[in-house]
Amino acid sequence: MPFLPVILWSDLLIWLLFVAAGVFGWLSLRNPLWRTAWQRVGHSRAGMASATLLLVFVGVGLLDSLHYRPRLENPAGQLASQQASESSQAASGASKQPAAYAVEVLSLLDAILTPLRTQNEKTYSEPLATRAYAKESIESRDAAGELQQTRDYPRLRHGGAHLGDEADRDADIGLRLLRALALAMLAWWALAAATAARLAQREGCAHREAWRRIWSNESAFAWNAVLAAIGVILLVALPLAMLAGHYHVFGTDKVGQDVFYQVLKSVRTALVIGLVTTLVTLPLSIFLGVLAGYFRGWVDDLIQYLYTTLSSIPGVLLIAAAVLMMQVLIDNHPQWFATAAERADLRLLALCFILGVTSWTGLCRLLRGETLKLRELEYIQAAQAFGVADLRIIGRHILPNLMHIVIIALVMDFSSLVLAEAVLSYVGIGVDPTMISFGTMINNARMELAREPMVWWSLAAAFVFMFALVLAANLLADAVRDAFDPRIAGSA
Amino acid sequence: MLAYLVRRLLYALPILIGVNVITFALFFIVNTPDDMARMQLGVKRVTPEAIDKWKAQRGYDKPLFINEAASGSAVFTDTIFFSKSARMFAGDFGRAEDGRDIAREITSRMGPSLAIALPTFVLGLLVTVSFALMLTFFRASYLDFWGVVLCVALMSISGLFYIIGGQFLISKMWKLVPISGYGGGLDAWKFVILPVLIGVISGIGSSTRWYRTIFLEEISRDYVRTARAKGLSELAVLFRHVLRNAMIPILTGVVVVIPLLFMGSLLTESFFGIPGLGSYTIDAINAQDFAVVRAMVFIGSVLYIVGLILTDLSYTLVDPRIRFN
Repeated sequence: MPFLPVILWSDLLIWLLFVAAGVFGWLSLRNPLWRTAWQRVGHSRAGMASATLLLVFVGVGLLDSLHYRPRLENPAGQLASQQASESSQAASGASKQPAAYAVEVLSLLDAILTPLRTQNEKTYSEPLATRAYAKESIESRDAAGELQQTRDYPRLRHGGAHLGDEADRDADIGLRLLRALALAMLAWWALAAATAARLAQREGCAHREAWRRIWSNESAFAWNAVLAAIGVILLVALPLAMLAGHYHVFGTDKVGQDVFYQVLKSVRTALVIGLVTTLVTLPLSIFLGVLAGYFRGWVDDLIQYLYTTLSSIPGVLLIAAAVLMMQVLIDNHPQWFATAAERADLRLLALCFILGVTSWTGLCRLLRGETLKLRELEYIQAAQAFGVADLRIIGRHILPNLMHIVIIALVMDFSSLVLAEAVLSYVGIGVDPTMISFGTMINNARMELAREPMVWWSLAAAFVFMFALVLAANLLADAVRDAFDPRIAGSA
Repeated sequence: MLAYLVRRLLYALPILIGVNVITFALFFIVNTPDDMARMQLGVKRVTPEAIDKWKAQRGYDKPLFINEAASGSAVFTDTIFFSKSARMFAGDFGRAEDGRDIAREITSRMGPSLAIALPTFVLGLLVTVSFALMLTFFRASYLDFWGVVLCVALMSISGLFYIIGGQFLISKMWKLVPISGYGGGLDAWKFVILPVLIGVISGIGSSTRWYRTIFLEEISRDYVRTARAKGLSELAVLFRHVLRNAMIPILTGVVVVIPLLFMGSLLTESFFGIPGLGSYTIDAINAQDFAVVRAMVFIGSVLYIVGLILTDLSYTLVDPRIRFN
């Protein structure tokens, strides 16, 4: 095999979540009440446009969650030739030697972005630049053949290296941009036409009529928002993709790494923090909240005491204390981790766990209150009078009626968790410093604002991508809340 | 009233003990003092003697809960739990890694923290409540729509960017105030003004939206219709009726925070180099000074519980129907 698949724990969890979300979506579509709620979400234009953007982010994150270790270029052969000089017997054994794999763990996204990942410069360079950011002494031979030293901005090794003459840069970029934009338009028209055709087929109307319905907002699903979002995404993504092969579209950072690559890698970290954390908060808050609300009495007292105590410790401090302790634990047990990626990954998961343990209290309190209300309702009292077991009542009557709170809390928490990651990484209690995330990007870039001329591109790129991700999450959260909250949905 | 207060304080005690046990478990049971010593001393100097010395200097060489070697009450008092955790109730936080008394450090750093946090809090509350009232006044209009859009956009920006952007624009580009630092006395204003401004702006998004929802919920009540029917102007309805009736949910979120203002803000203080409790905590986290972090966790939870009690007391001020019993 040319590679050795590596399944990191966070990969497993994120794919598990993906599958679980799919199963849950399918199940909830079979329930008529839920289906109408999801249809309300589907009708929200802001919600669907942001969902489209989020799907793109999730796609990037999922691609980045398939890890492998590439096979090293024939190390066994080298070994064999060494051994062959010692004894001919060993050479025959060498072919059976297990293949050696690189220590570096790559992902599918890395493989796609190989040019971005490997074409490193020496240090900073501006977006789309052909020359470095700082002057250096360059040795060259003048016409007389004498060695001369000049101080100038050196040419970049990769940025615009295909250009014969640097003066062609603007023309080259313009041409590529035009080509990308034309391609984007073409792709968008094809997609839009296909959507209209599909709609026309399903609703049994003429092509033109379907087209009109999409754009006059008469379709049940907000196709116009989705198509508009796809259009914008194509218009941004295609030029970036076309230019990224030959230029550093967002510049390079201190060690010469492409900022565009870093931004794309940060997406996965943000998604893991935002999604895997819910794996900790949901079971804790649902289980304890329902238990406290349903059984009351001493169970309620105990659980209330537990969450009051936990929530009375200021969140950041509790996280700081827990992360500090985790660092000590990790540093004292280096033997637990085979590769640096595994260590960083487990540290990320530990951070998710800590964030989860410190943030389940709010949802738990909500669920407890709602359960207290529900258990006094007639249908539950009737079930109790019929002698239905408590567990069955909870499972069949209480949990389904709590689900809207859970879903709303889930989507609302996502954006705050993504924002929290950046702050925590800045404070030094976030993800592993070797792991690329929005927080570490900001942290590395913020000192450079003081330089003259200023290094702004790293910060700007992290800002734009993070803003897009969080804004989309917030808008989708609003749409979901409006659709699922009975108080709001009932009045609309 | 007094009986109620006493009862609330008694309720607070088990919670504080719980906080204490949690932090104790985190700091001493998940990791032994040996681990901490190894961490602090670094890789090079780790010898069993050095670890023992480090532990002895800081009093970590005692048993965790029960000291069997001691006699009398010292069986319980001469332990790590008693000397490091239980004594926090008496305000004794021990010493930091650099040998300074933590309690003294905290009292001297409270001033700068408050100088930033208090104006931020008051101004922020004024700005967001008036902004939310304005959106409510113009509800279901374009102004309201774009106001909410602005709030969602402001919410989606990381707090780090507000600080970085503010420092860059106001201090570096326009050179209006120093970029960071702190001075005592009357000179302090020019160091305070930028952090306060940024603090207020970064809070606008989420708070305004939250208050707007509260006001909108209130405005659909019957008493508002009655007030309008008897001919009150919309402004009078908003300020005299809606605002006052919305006080309970607003106070619930606001009063809890007041005691925590003493703790300062981690981000703002470290970015602006303000010698308050927030930067003290950050420095402690970066230097892995466990004693300081432990002390701050304890103080933070004490202040939070005080805030909860204050919240309940404030309810009686705005709503005479609420009585303690």
